[in-house]
Amino acid sequence: MAINQTKTSQDHVILTSEDFRKIGTDEKNSEVIQRESLSAWRDAWQRLRENKIAMTALIILALIIIASIFGPLISDFNHYTNDLVNTNQPPSSIHWFGTDELGRDMFVRTWMGARISLIVGLAAALIDLIIGVIYGGTMGFFGGRVDEIMNKFSEILYSIPYLLVTILLLVVLEPSLGTIILALTITGWINMSWIVRGEMIQLKNREFVLASRSMGAGNARLIFRHLLPNAVGPIIVTLTLSVPSAIFSEAFLSFLGLGVQAPVASLGSMISDALTGWMYYPWRMLFPAILISLIMLCFNIFGDGLRDALDPKLKK
Amino acid sequence: MNKKRLLSMLALILIVSTVLAACGSNNNREDGASNGAGKPAEAKEQVLHINMSAEPPTFDPGQAQDSQANTALKLMYEGLVRVDDAGKEVPAAAESWEISPDGLQYKFNLRKDAVWSNGDPVTANDFVFAWQRVLDPTTVPAAPYAYQLGYIKNAMAYNAKKVTDFSKVGIKATDEYTLEVTLENPTPYFLGLTSFYTFYPVHGSVQNNAAWATDYKSMITNGAFNLSNWTTGQKLEFTKNDKYWDKSNIKLSKIEASLVASGASELSSYKSGQLDFAGAPNGEIPSDSIPTMEKQLPKEFSKKGTAGTYYYEFNVTAKPFDNVKIRKAFSMAMSRQDIVDKVTLGGQIPAFGFVAPGIKGVKDEFRTEYKDNFFTENVEEAKKLLAEGMAEEGYTTLPEITLIYNSSESHKKIALAIADMWKNNLGVEVKTENLEWGVFLETRQNLNYQVARAGWSADYNDPMNFMDLWKTGSGNNDSGFSNAEYDKLVKDTLVSQDNAVRMEKMAAAEKILIQDEQVLLPIYYYSNVSLTKENVKGISVNYNGAIDFSRAYFE
Amino acid sequence: MVRYVANKFFYMLISLLILISATFFLMKAIPGDPFQAEKKVSAEMKARLMEQYGLDKPLYVQYFKYLGDIATGDFGISMKKLNQDVTKIISDTFQTSLKLGLVAIVIAVVVGVLLGMLAALYHRKLIDNVAMILAVLGMAVPSFVLASLLQYYLAEKAGWFNVLGFDKPLDYVLPVMALSAQPIAFIARLTRSSMLEVLHADYIKTAKAKGLNWLTIMFRHVIRNGILPVVTYVGPMTANIITGSVVIEQVFGIGGIGKVFVESITNRDYTLIMGVTIFYGVILMVARFLTDIAYVMIDPRIKLSGGKEG
Repeated sequence: MAINQTKTSQDHVILTSEDFRKIGTDEKNSEVIQRESLSAWRDAWQRLRENKIAMTALIILALIIIASIFGPLISDFNHYTNDLVNTNQPPSSIHWFGTDELGRDMFVRTWMGARISLIVGLAAALIDLIIGVIYGGTMGFFGGRVDEIMNKFSEILYSIPYLLVTILLLVVLEPSLGTIILALTITGWINMSWIVRGEMIQLKNREFVLASRSMGAGNARLIFRHLLPNAVGPIIVTLTLSVPSAIFSEAFLSFLGLGVQAPVASLGSMISDALTGWMYYPWRMLFPAILISLIMLCFNIFGDGLRDALDPKLKK
Repeated sequence: MNKKRLLSMLALILIVSTVLAACGSNNNREDGASNGAGKPAEAKEQVLHINMSAEPPTFDPGQAQDSQANTALKLMYEGLVRVDDAGKEVPAAAESWEISPDGLQYKFNLRKDAVWSNGDPVTANDFVFAWQRVLDPTTVPAAPYAYQLGYIKNAMAYNAKKVTDFSKVGIKATDEYTLEVTLENPTPYFLGLTSFYTFYPVHGSVQNNAAWATDYKSMITNGAFNLSNWTTGQKLEFTKNDKYWDKSNIKLSKIEASLVASGASELSSYKSGQLDFAGAPNGEIPSDSIPTMEKQLPKEFSKKGTAGTYYYEFNVTAKPFDNVKIRKAFSMAMSRQDIVDKVTLGGQIPAFGFVAPGIKGVKDEFRTEYKDNFFTENVEEAKKLLAEGMAEEGYTTLPEITLIYNSSESHKKIALAIADMWKNNLGVEVKTENLEWGVFLETRQNLNYQVARAGWSADYNDPMNFMDLWKTGSGNNDSGFSNAEYDKLVKDTLVSQDNAVRMEKMAAAEKILIQDEQVLLPIYYYSNVSLTKENVKGISVNYNGAIDFSRAYFE
Repeated sequence: MVRYVANKFFYMLISLLILISATFFLMKAIPGDPFQAEKKVSAEMKARLMEQYGLDKPLYVQYFKYLGDIATGDFGISMKKLNQDVTKIISDTFQTSLKLGLVAIVIAVVVGVLLGMLAALYHRKLIDNVAMILAVLGMAVPSFVLASLLQYYLAEKAGWFNVLGFDKPLDYVLPVMALSAQPIAFIARLTRSSMLEVLHADYIKTAKAKGLNWLTIMFRHVIRNGILPVVTYVGPMTANIITGSVVIEQVFGIGGIGKVFVESITNRDYTLIMGVTIFYGVILMVARFLTDIAYVMIDPRIKLSGGKEG
């Protein structure tokens, strides 16, 4: 023991340059308070997996997406060729979902419709998300003048009747899927931006944000590490709602005759076509309606599950 | 956690009671509409329920220009003559009339017992006033249908400010009850025209009241019914006019019109017994339900041809349809019978000409006297013509063709069906493009298209109403077609007195239009599909589908 | 408070001016004019009409004239619904939309909030699942499908209601059901979501730990905080519902302002488009203003003076 002690004291005296090293930026920031983000997401995934209903919804959604990609391929028919001899045929071994008023195969059309509706819904929601988060985040985070002006702008945009904007767009631009998505997003992102803004305002004066700021965290870090992750719940809920709402808006445009160009169909336009005759040819409305409802249902349930999973406060 | 349960119970009770409140009101509902079969109470009341798919934009006869207004104004006003079911002119505001041998002078003797709804007598001056109002270039807003009076001497010159003195226009009230009209050219169909709304009389009190036709309370009318209530965008109510001279022949006490654009709702409403009449011309029976309705309600169902033509027009100024062979190929490479039997389902007649059946010829209908055998459908011939046409134009493959139509369920179906026929029969690529109404009209007018949907229905009972359209420079000629020979034939027809010669010339003109030039691709002649409750009688439908409910009654 | 309102009002005026300008020029950019029809009027006649309505003048002249007119409260006459006052058309049809809309909103809020509360209180229990399935079903069916189903089964088949019309109290049932299904679903989900958050918040735990009366906790904290997002949603929703649901109005034959608006665009009825747009904008702005006020009254953390920070 004694010998050891002396040895240590001897070593202690001798310091060579090798005993020194530069401190990296990582350690400089060790004061910054931050949870390991990876484990938080893993945690959420774990909780999501335990939620049977949400997982079922996710699986159904995946199946619908797969079917909308491959469904039309396994049929002998296409979505546009007419067969005026076999119009309005009930489901059979030849036409699994029956035929429509021009004798077109409903099976292929339904999955093609689902494809179009999903593309419209997902694309619109994604654009809403990107614009909404950036715009709303900026509003909420900076506050003051910036907030006021940007908020006013979004309010004005929101009060321009979107039917007017839509008709204008569909006229000025070539009527196409892209135009419809554009028309849906031109005012669609506003809601998302308001949600994000509200969350930002609420969060930015919370203790943990103040603490982080006082320790020198920059705006970008505050936004991306603290504010957005904590606002992710409402954002996800809004997102899962904006997919179906975009699909519905497209259906509404179809109802007014402004939807996708025939013979391409969306689920919405198929339902709208079937509205006058579903009492006699129920399959023409049934399949697209079931599919659109399933898509809605699954997006909503999955969104709820995701929200619960992402919210650590709900941990049991 | 008892309190939690208590609160949720409270919430549940509230929900349930809200729902119940909504449903509960069933019990104290006023009965009547639901039992469609009997309706004995309403039958006695003689109240007719109809639907109009749109609110008439105006109730001013001088300004009207659509079929909804036509139906409403036929109830509210009466012109010099009426046209009966057989297409014959019968006395209305005029008791009798005399026509000079040269066909230029009309003398109308007005009945002395006709009065306005405020009690004033209907005089010849009211007609002069109304017609002058339509023609007056200073009328605000200008009457768009002023040209309907254009057969009257100097009428259009007065309208165009070339003649400023109205006394030079061929309209005179020689006394209170005598109206004398002088025409520019002999016009065999002029008498029938005076039953049209632009010719209705208007009460002199509207002179300085621009808004008179916007409030049902201030409308003074001379017809069998008065507009007695008007809920904007929702409901019109016409009540029998007790001052009407022929009131003994008016059996309905009231006509109520709902204003619903949706054909499905209209049909549903008819089936539930809320409406006594559904379908054309003011509404629509969706084509999807036509076969079922025809089977289920054979006694109530009716399809009747009307004088109108549904067609596609070619832009003859642009490639590839500047080539007549290609135009002919497209016209031959389709099955019109399939379109009417499988797609439109409304008993329309396949069209191979432009003048529709129902239009008068020399003795019989024009279409009976001159058959529309200008071409036949023939896929092989079509392929041959297309190949020839393409060779002439130097095509090896035909570029994609775009067919435009305006947003509507039925136009879409027809366009898709025809595009598919072209694809299959000619092996060409066809794109269908749906355009919003206003955009569609402008695109078509600016010749910014290749093939476009179009339709034409008769305003007056003469082939001229159809042939006039394709004159060089005619406002409605959206095809770019211009043919000197055609123009001359139409012009000659206008001044000719001999009806047989007129018809001959118009038949020759139609041959140029369809057989030689194939400016348009006729598809079908229109029909009216409608449902009428079995106990409703006396609804009169004109050759062009215009409907008159004024003499209807419940048995 | 007065300063706040004045400030808001000022901004509303500016917003309105921008809205008017944007709509005016957008509208004029759409092809077509009010006087087009399948059977065209002659070129001379159209020129005369354009002149009479002042549409022949350069766009900026029309624009400033319009601004001048509305500054004096003159919204002009409709160009298609001949000689009818735009103000009168709007007030007539808006009354109808208002009647329908208010009933639908009250139903939507009451049913939606209650469903959401129930779901939150019984989180992950049967009631939660049932309520959410109901809510999601409400959102899963497009309103025109729902309207068509209701019309067929409850009116045509069962004969309980009229298919068309909007006169008797009973006529409200079907349109209100079709109109409120989606808002109910949305509100229920929002309420559930935010109630859950509040129920798990620390201050609720604190309140419980302090032994506060359970009802007091519910009303003073949970509901009050949980309803905030609903308030945000109800503002614009109210405006949307009141200014009319085109689809519902078209299907049930209700003469509401939504129907008028769609028609006015199709007809290129410029004065009517402008009138309805301005009206719609004002309603929306007022609704958002009231939302802000409601926010402040419910959430004491937000103060009026500095916008919504605090």
